[in-house]
Amino acid sequence: MTATDQSRAGAAQLGRVVRDPILLAFADEVGAAEAGPVAVEGGRTQWEVGAPDVPTAGPGDVRLVRAPSGVVAFEPAEMTVLVRVGTTVAELDAELRPSGQQVALEGFEPGATVGGVLSVGRSGITRLGHGPVRDTLLQARYVSAEGLLVTAGGPTVKNVTGFDLCRLLVGSLGTIGLLGDVLLRTRPRPQHSGWWCGEADPFALQDQLYRPTSLLWDGTRVWLRLDGYHADVADQAAVAERHGLAACEGPPVLPAGRCSVDPGALRRLDAARREAGGFVAEIGVGIVHGRWDGPRPTPPDHQVRALHRRIRRAFDPTGRLNPGRDPLAASQPITAGQEASR
Amino acid sequence: MRGDAGVVCFPLTTEEVQHCVRIAGRHGRAVVPRGAGTGLAGGAVPKDAPVVVVTTKMQQVEVDRDRRLVWVQPGVINLDLTKQLRPDGFHFAPDPSSQQSCSLGGNVANNSGGPHCLAYGVTSAHVVAIEVVLGDGELTMLGGLDPEPAGYDLRGVFVGSEGCVGIATRIAVRLTPNPPAVATLLADFVEPADAAAAVSAIIAAGVVPAAIEMMDQRITQVVEAFVGAGYPTDAGAILLVEVDGLPGGVAAETALVDEVCRAHRARSVRVAADDEERMLLWKGRKTAFGAVARVKPNYYLHDTVVPRTKLLDVLRQVYEIADRHGIIVMNVFHAGDGNLHPLLVFDAREPGVLDRVHDAGEEIVRASLDAGGVLSGEHGIGLEKQPFMGWQFTTVDLDAQARLRDAFDPDGRCNPAKVLPAGSRCGDLQHLDDSRRRQLLDDGAWV
Repeated sequence: MTATDQSRAGAAQLGRVVRDPILLAFADEVGAAEAGPVAVEGGRTQWEVGAPDVPTAGPGDVRLVRAPSGVVAFEPAEMTVLVRVGTTVAELDAELRPSGQQVALEGFEPGATVGGVLSVGRSGITRLGHGPVRDTLLQARYVSAEGLLVTAGGPTVKNVTGFDLCRLLVGSLGTIGLLGDVLLRTRPRPQHSGWWCGEADPFALQDQLYRPTSLLWDGTRVWLRLDGYHADVADQAAVAERHGLAACEGPPVLPAGRCSVDPGALRRLDAARREAGGFVAEIGVGIVHGRWDGPRPTPPDHQVRALHRRIRRAFDPTGRLNPGRDPLAASQPITAGQEASR
Repeated sequence: MRGDAGVVCFPLTTEEVQHCVRIAGRHGRAVVPRGAGTGLAGGAVPKDAPVVVVTTKMQQVEVDRDRRLVWVQPGVINLDLTKQLRPDGFHFAPDPSSQQSCSLGGNVANNSGGPHCLAYGVTSAHVVAIEVVLGDGELTMLGGLDPEPAGYDLRGVFVGSEGCVGIATRIAVRLTPNPPAVATLLADFVEPADAAAAVSAIIAAGVVPAAIEMMDQRITQVVEAFVGAGYPTDAGAILLVEVDGLPGGVAAETALVDEVCRAHRARSVRVAADDEERMLLWKGRKTAFGAVARVKPNYYLHDTVVPRTKLLDVLRQVYEIADRHGIIVMNVFHAGDGNLHPLLVFDAREPGVLDRVHDAGEEIVRASLDAGGVLSGEHGIGLEKQPFMGWQFTTVDLDAQARLRDAFDPDGRCNPAKVLPAGSRCGDLQHLDDSRRRQLLDDGAWV
């Protein structure tokens, strides 16, 4: 037996060789390079992101494929779930709910798929407390530009084996490979959850709260979400109430448009801009929903742009995966018109 | 592990790092970044006389309280940073056992963990932006202060890349607020099997403690004799569990952990009465590796991860493997996330012992992978685990990793001998026709 044979035998025994017929069929559908350009479609809830040249109705002569769906294995004692990425976030949530767990993918529109949310990489409004979308991904099996199945990451909750392709995949808009299934970290669902709102200084409030789940601000009003044990939520709510907040329905309706800004810029926002409003900002995070004419982050330097070109060419030499999508263009704010056309 | 350095540089500034890298390039030498040298996988060990860039003298710290982050140079020591932040009510969450001597640059390179990463996440979750000198000496910024910088998550790629895609010269890390309440529990079990089952049961009950550490009888006895931490030396295994957060949750979770441990036949569960007792319990855990010098002069510390529900199974195999090779093994590890650290203890002067230690280690790695685990949870691959990469990944998987690395460092200047084994690059994969592709898929792509 050669070393390669040994590896193959060992890997087959370990179940590391991808034998899921549904994933193999997806790889066949994507096909080899000669099968031409291919774009993947999820729930189309963030279809415009990073797609300056992709028409919203469909990508022209590019073949459209959909990732397979279904929850493959949920292991409550491992706090992981293996899910095919065509599954909607809502379906996944419903599957986990009876066990008192959830994945930190929250606040997406109905119909948003796990694959879409990961490929776009934008987090929901609970990022302050639950962390970014990217930190939920432990392992991904994707179809490469050559039509092969590739495994990135690993099946355990902690893993530093090799280069971290999972981080590269999140937010890559399907330009590295087309996600097939993913292993996600789950978390306990909080015992109690509620919103408080009122006129307050969000920064003074932030300084006195311990790890709130979400803190939103429109320049005047604050919306605070607290999650946790009843006693802790009550304690933190008492702090919020001293700052003039009261229990309310939440979250607020988020205005159309979204940009990513230095959270320090929110703190230094001048009075005129605060009073003009037109935005809802995530305090402590730096996502601004709606209109933002404050300072924007420095655009990526030429080294970062060169790295993008080289990485994309390395993974997709013929440019067949999701042509027209540009992760570097993803930070362009979506205009109100585009948002309305969803 | 023995190294072979060409020139060793101790830069103070980013510009000096750039100069080192450029001069190395002009002379056709590779560059190996090195922090405090506490790594256990040989990632910073020089091979073939490269230019070694040691970052230990780069020590600046700039706290930005408004943004709740701190900019550090890579030579800053992990524990020094936490001590500096403490008066303001913050800390840096990753806390590897080497935190008294390991540096932030090394933490970034290895995506370091530590006991408290169970609840708080490993280094990647705490790094916001990294100023990097690339293999050609050019400077760039990966990530950013805004939450969703444009483009690929190159920050995330850099963290854990073991010095193979560039050298970090400034790192922005998040400040983690110190928890208002903390409880540390010591649970004492006759049977290691019960301790392992209790770990799974705690997680399944919906509690993610800040830390769950397990120590077997041998290491407990050695540590107790060394520091007198108050560990029961007749226990088959002990669990050190810490819960933290707001007081209500800490009380509820303390009660739940206590109940679960007793339900799994813990003889006793003790909650540290005060900070002094708490610190003593942790001191025992954190000095465990030093304590084994009292048994034998040498040790080989392994690092694999298995599914939490397979802990007991793999632990039994670890004892069986070590016994068969006539090696003493002690176990002290991050049970909460399934991260095993079997400690093979030996005297290198004994003829033939090194071969037995290596054979036993290899079998332990194999057993972990057989159980659905991975090669490394926090120490990295470096030189040590390169030969095993093909056990976890197919050639197609390794080729994808090689493409990423080569895109960053096309000339192979940065730490070229590490992580990926020779033969990871599979040039013909990019020119497949469909029948060849089909064949690769049918074979499981083990080409």
